[in-house]
Amino acid sequence: MSFDIAVLGGGPAGMAAATTAAVGGARVVLLEESPAPGGQVHRAPPPDFVGKPDADRREGDRLRAALAASGADVRTGCRVWGLGGGPLGPAGEAAGPFALSALGADGVPFAVLARALILCCGTHERVIPFPGWTLPGVIGLAAATILLKAQGVLPGRRVVVAGAGPLLYAVAAKVLAGGGEVVAVADAASRGEWIAALPALAARPDLLARGTAWRAGLLARRVPVLQGSQVAAAEGDGVLARVRVLAGGAECILEADALCVGHGLVPATEATRTYRARHAHRPEDGGWVPVLDDRQRTSVPLLYAAGDGAGVRGAAAAPAAGRVAALAALDDLGLPGERPASGTAALGRARRAGAAMARMMALRPSLVAAIPPETIVCRCEGVARAAIEDAAADGAATVNQLKHFTRCGMGPCQGRMCGEAAAAILAAARGVPVAEVGFATGRIPLRPVPMEAILGEFDYGDIPVPAPAPI
Amino acid sequence: MTARFDCAVVGAGVMGCATALFLARGGMRVALLDRGGICREASGVNAGTLTMQMTRAALIPYALRAHEMWLTMPQWCAGGDVLATACPGLSVAFTDGEAAMLEERARIRRAAGAPIEMIDGRAAQAIEPGLADGVKLAGHCPIDGFTSAYLTGRAFRPALLEAGVTLLEDTPVRGVDERFTLDTAAGAIAARRLVLAGGAWLEDMAAWVGIRLPIKVLVNQLVVTERMAPVMRTVLGVASGLLSLKQYANGTVLIGGGWQGIGDRARGGVSVRPENFLGNVRLAAHTVPALREARVVRSWLGLEAETADALPAIGPIPGVEDAWIIGSVHSGYTSGPYMGRLLAQAVLGQEPDLPLFPIDRLLNERSNAA
Repeated sequence: MSFDIAVLGGGPAGMAAATTAAVGGARVVLLEESPAPGGQVHRAPPPDFVGKPDADRREGDRLRAALAASGADVRTGCRVWGLGGGPLGPAGEAAGPFALSALGADGVPFAVLARALILCCGTHERVIPFPGWTLPGVIGLAAATILLKAQGVLPGRRVVVAGAGPLLYAVAAKVLAGGGEVVAVADAASRGEWIAALPALAARPDLLARGTAWRAGLLARRVPVLQGSQVAAAEGDGVLARVRVLAGGAECILEADALCVGHGLVPATEATRTYRARHAHRPEDGGWVPVLDDRQRTSVPLLYAAGDGAGVRGAAAAPAAGRVAALAALDDLGLPGERPASGTAALGRARRAGAAMARMMALRPSLVAAIPPETIVCRCEGVARAAIEDAAADGAATVNQLKHFTRCGMGPCQGRMCGEAAAAILAAARGVPVAEVGFATGRIPLRPVPMEAILGEFDYGDIPVPAPAPI
Repeated sequence: MTARFDCAVVGAGVMGCATALFLARGGMRVALLDRGGICREASGVNAGTLTMQMTRAALIPYALRAHEMWLTMPQWCAGGDVLATACPGLSVAFTDGEAAMLEERARIRRAAGAPIEMIDGRAAQAIEPGLADGVKLAGHCPIDGFTSAYLTGRAFRPALLEAGVTLLEDTPVRGVDERFTLDTAAGAIAARRLVLAGGAWLEDMAAWVGIRLPIKVLVNQLVVTERMAPVMRTVLGVASGLLSLKQYANGTVLIGGGWQGIGDRARGGVSVRPENFLGNVRLAAHTVPALREARVVRSWLGLEAETADALPAIGPIPGVEDAWIIGSVHSGYTSGPYMGRLLAQAVLGQEPDLPLFPIDRLLNERSNAA
């Protein structure tokens, strides 16, 4: 199937990009992994669920309705695993269309060709390791959000919420609303950091009001909020029983059956890395991000990035960025059509508020420094901090070399979970800035892909076996 | 400028590392330079196959000796270990045409010293229970095995340092003058002898000393699965050589065989070709049906060098005294450490245990007359 523009990812940026591009007259396909577009913030509940929609749901429904009316071909429940075409052709050949390989919701493989590609791939969660972080009962803040939003399921009965950023208070509020107990909120940010963020947050009074309501809810239920604290350890016999939290120089032990912990969001750059776009390391944007011009263009012609995947600015700022990317793609493809105004003032306010939150969610070097030597960093391959430091002592200078020396980042998650902490440990061991140790080369598949699903029906004789090497 | 080295080896892949190591142990003061990290190109990203059944017949005697070196690596490499594993190897034929090819190729390799016997499908399944039905004929070689190639750099590094080699990673060489002063990113490096060990980049390096040596670049694709329960216990290939399949102790299955991706010397490995990715995994799943249950987690690319006659370039560089070259060994990783040891013998003025592969045959006399 051939399109003018393919949009990868159906969160707020992707929905807006696809809508704008389709309304602008382009033939557009949107590819989304979840059963419905929406992304993490505007996640749609399963069709049979009843319940009063909150502000996020209403905004999501509005974006979904616009998308549905736009004429874009929306493919949900599909897994894009292969990326090719574009700049990835043989030397001397002109760049061809972008080529995506995907598995449909029905499990049937399909391919998409598109002249332009807009990446709205969002983020993955940052969890900086601590002793016990791999115990059952410990889950990510974003994972808890999915449980609560998509399924109305509590992560546990007695919940400790820990980490950094506004998600802490969103999750705590939802646990309380769902009838769970919040034992404590352990916020890595100090009171001073929140006060410093207030002026930027004031640019978005709606978000500020909601945040204030969350905090007030915690206060009313006498939930302790430990500012400037961090999880020292999660403990239990095979399953979480208690959480040790360091706050103000003292350690407190909290009995709990769930720990929801997250230290911010990391832009998902698998696709821009695979396309070999230029990246920059910007901690305040979440880490490595594709380098963009003022119209969301990456360094690769006709490849764009928008939303948190291009630098964490939050769901409120994402639709505007998606629209900017779509308009740039329409222009670059020379497509005629209407050009709705993209509302730059609102974008500016949303970005300012988002940037303040992103700063709070940026990687905290003190958390990485606190990881004990024997604590697992790469949970796919069981690589502990000490093994990373040994590799550094043995001469591993970059993340790619660290992979070779230790297998760190070579498992099913391909470094999505451990990559950032491993890079920080390696850089610290070498005494260089973290940007200097680089990032893992992007390669397909974007996600693990079942062999059975991609093999299809074939006869042995149909396999185009090339001529053998000389004997 | 640092004091003059006895020898500068440019290219820290398996050939360069082995050459440098044995030169240093032979008493020379050696600098080993690489524009990137040690064994980060083909030597660190290849399939680690130690098979005789994909090796060119002329290289079998070398590959057999190298097989022994890999399996005993910790003993001669200061404890450096690539987790070399010995196991039987099978090369199978599913069609009459492949059976004829297999028989012919096994005969030639047997004559060169590889102990390959022909067995039927049932006997092959007894050796490899994971093998599919429908095998008409199989070549069985008890001498086979594999390494974890990504460990190669880490395995060589301590031995090199212990032997006194000056290892300069991330130090691109821009050129060499006639007195073997290397113009590098880290300043000038002076040496009495020069060894070019640049793999797919040998053509560019040969030009430094005025030699035009055409080197073709193969862009080999590899695919690896998630960890899975044991599904096989041999190194498996097909008669054409276009499949190389093995399961590591950690449960991952590595699928290769030389299917070509997109890349070049300037850009490195750029992209996997989806149609070749599919062809390769189909061939693998046809050969070991349990692989249908696997999930693929990653694919990647490595650049392999090939001369005009697909035989190695190992020996003195004609017309340039004290300059040597090593590379373009088909299945070069398999034979690499032994080839490095041979070249080191020659550079040290000894008679190599087996003949080298001088490059005079590959040079166009007219274009190299100057």
